[in-house]
Amino acid sequence: MSEKLLEIKNLKTSFRIKDDYYAAVDDVTLTLNKNEVLGIVGESGSGKSALAFSVMGLHNRAKIEGNILFKDQDIANISPAKLNKLRGDDMAMIFQDPLTALNPLMIVGDQISETLLLHKKNMSQKQRKDRVISLLDQVGIPYPEHVYNQFPHELSGGMRQRVIIAIAIANQPELLIADEPTTALDVTIQAQILDLIKDLKDDMNTGIILITHDLGVVAEMADRVAVMYAGQIVEIADVHTLFENPLHPYTRSLLNSVPNTQEGQDKLHVIQGIVPSLSKLPREGCRFAARMPWIDESVHEENPVLHEIKPGHFVRCTCHKHFYFPDESKEDSNHGVS
Amino acid sequence: MWKFIVRRLVITFPQIILLSVLVFIMAQMMPGDALSGMIDPNIDPAAIEKQRENLGLNDPWHERYVDWVGGLLQGDLGESFRFKMEVTELVEQRLINSFWLGVATLFFTYLIAIPLGIISGRWNDTWGDQLITGYTYIGFATPLFIFALVMLWVFGFQLQWFPTGGSVEPGLTPGSFDYVWSKFQHLLLPALSLALIATVNTVQYLRSEIVDTKQKDFIITARAKGASESRVYNRHIFRNSLLPIAAFFGFEITGLIGGTVFVEQIFGYPGMGLLFMESILLRDYTVVIAVVLLFGIASILGALISDIILSLVDPRIRIK
Repeated sequence: MSEKLLEIKNLKTSFRIKDDYYAAVDDVTLTLNKNEVLGIVGESGSGKSALAFSVMGLHNRAKIEGNILFKDQDIANISPAKLNKLRGDDMAMIFQDPLTALNPLMIVGDQISETLLLHKKNMSQKQRKDRVISLLDQVGIPYPEHVYNQFPHELSGGMRQRVIIAIAIANQPELLIADEPTTALDVTIQAQILDLIKDLKDDMNTGIILITHDLGVVAEMADRVAVMYAGQIVEIADVHTLFENPLHPYTRSLLNSVPNTQEGQDKLHVIQGIVPSLSKLPREGCRFAARMPWIDESVHEENPVLHEIKPGHFVRCTCHKHFYFPDESKEDSNHGVS
Repeated sequence: MWKFIVRRLVITFPQIILLSVLVFIMAQMMPGDALSGMIDPNIDPAAIEKQRENLGLNDPWHERYVDWVGGLLQGDLGESFRFKMEVTELVEQRLINSFWLGVATLFFTYLIAIPLGIISGRWNDTWGDQLITGYTYIGFATPLFIFALVMLWVFGFQLQWFPTGGSVEPGLTPGSFDYVWSKFQHLLLPALSLALIATVNTVQYLRSEIVDTKQKDFIITARAKGASESRVYNRHIFRNSLLPIAAFFGFEITGLIGGTVFVEQIFGYPGMGLLFMESILLRDYTVVIAVVLLFGIASILGALISDIILSLVDPRIRIK
């Protein structure tokens, strides 16, 4: 069960802006086991997608430092030829925007078939076509023989997202990265797509990294959750712990922002401020400090590190011990571990 | 798909009819007619007026238009005042010459544009790209008639690699190998001059298409499938970028017409462009009308070809 599939060690992905490098992913260490779903949550711009792209080697002009061990092979700085053998075969990715992720001038069948063509050299054309049709069927597309010959613009968003999933799972990958797979879809389709991904995990024993900013999706799907802020992991725990006993101020703020329908709140809780842009990111101290100005600055660590509070539950910085929301008193905040 | 082509073809007819009306009215607005200027001044004006009446020159314009179109439909473009021969006969050989000049020019245009555009787009912002972009800017800025003169002077007169005028060496039997070879030699320099200037649009267009397509999300999808860099380029980027270029083919024909007028004049190449210039200078109105009409029809057909190619290559355009 807990066989390691992916191990990310001190990953730092930096982009060049003018003459300086700025880290979008900063010192991330993570592991993913087989048949496990790891949720990664955070606001837009927190580095979730940059992390996923680093694992897949899809960054064009980024500096990648650290190690990414996939089945004990370091893929962080591997040759393109070796990487291409893995991509689409042992590891695959589901993209977030179904409207742009498919080639508009290629029929759907050929786009799925391409993945097979690249990795299953001994398959005949007929076998490939049969496999594509069964894949289309598997992801819940009606009339797969008909859809095979259709162009992406002839399909709805939900159908296109299914096609993208079919491409990703064509070679039964061991690692599947789903980058906000349901963001562009409406809620009923969302549920179907999530069920589909769940079924695939159970069928193929795949390790899944699920990137989302929808906490509901995480609660439903993930085994463990990592919370990212400004390129760093600020908290990581199994899903129950994280929802029942969130510690880091950012995690608590995120959970607090989910509207509560039962208590009839009049105002939506929001997190003050915005995620700082890459070039304006504070590189020292607690990166979340600027968004909790009502808390005394002395509670932050100088160089915040991840502390293991309980086995498997890590939190960055010690400020969580002193955090409270502005509309509650200091005493109320002393829930959980202090 | 067929529906689209048929619909597009149907639109072409009113376009051609409108064109013929415009050409006819403009020709009528030109001062003078077949009986003015060239006539012996001693002839009684009343007799000239009588002749006008006989020839139908005093009829209302729409009646004369119908008469003219009736002739057109039977392949009768009238008679040249100057050369005293049927316009159709005059135009025929010129049309063939211009056709081959056009084919050669288009061939060179794409022969230059596709590799340069691909190199420039794939390795954008490298020194190679800057070199190619530099060439395109010079090409945009250079007037064709200056460039053609320089080509003629350097390669025709100084180096004497190419003949400097005409479309064929005199005294050769049509159909023989020497005749065809000579035609080809005469064609080469004008076609190259025109192509070297005309191609810069296509180079730039192809470059920006490729740079654009490179950043599309579906390219990331292709990479994530494990496609190698060369496969990503060949199967996804180039294919998607070349299709709009293919669609521009028809408009390229339209653009050529303007170019041939200059180039044929400079190289003394007896094609439609040269005939156009000559007939204007000689006030040979029937020929001018015929040439303008043919140029107009070529433009309309060029746009038609473009639309049809586009509908063939881009599935999103097809009308259901």
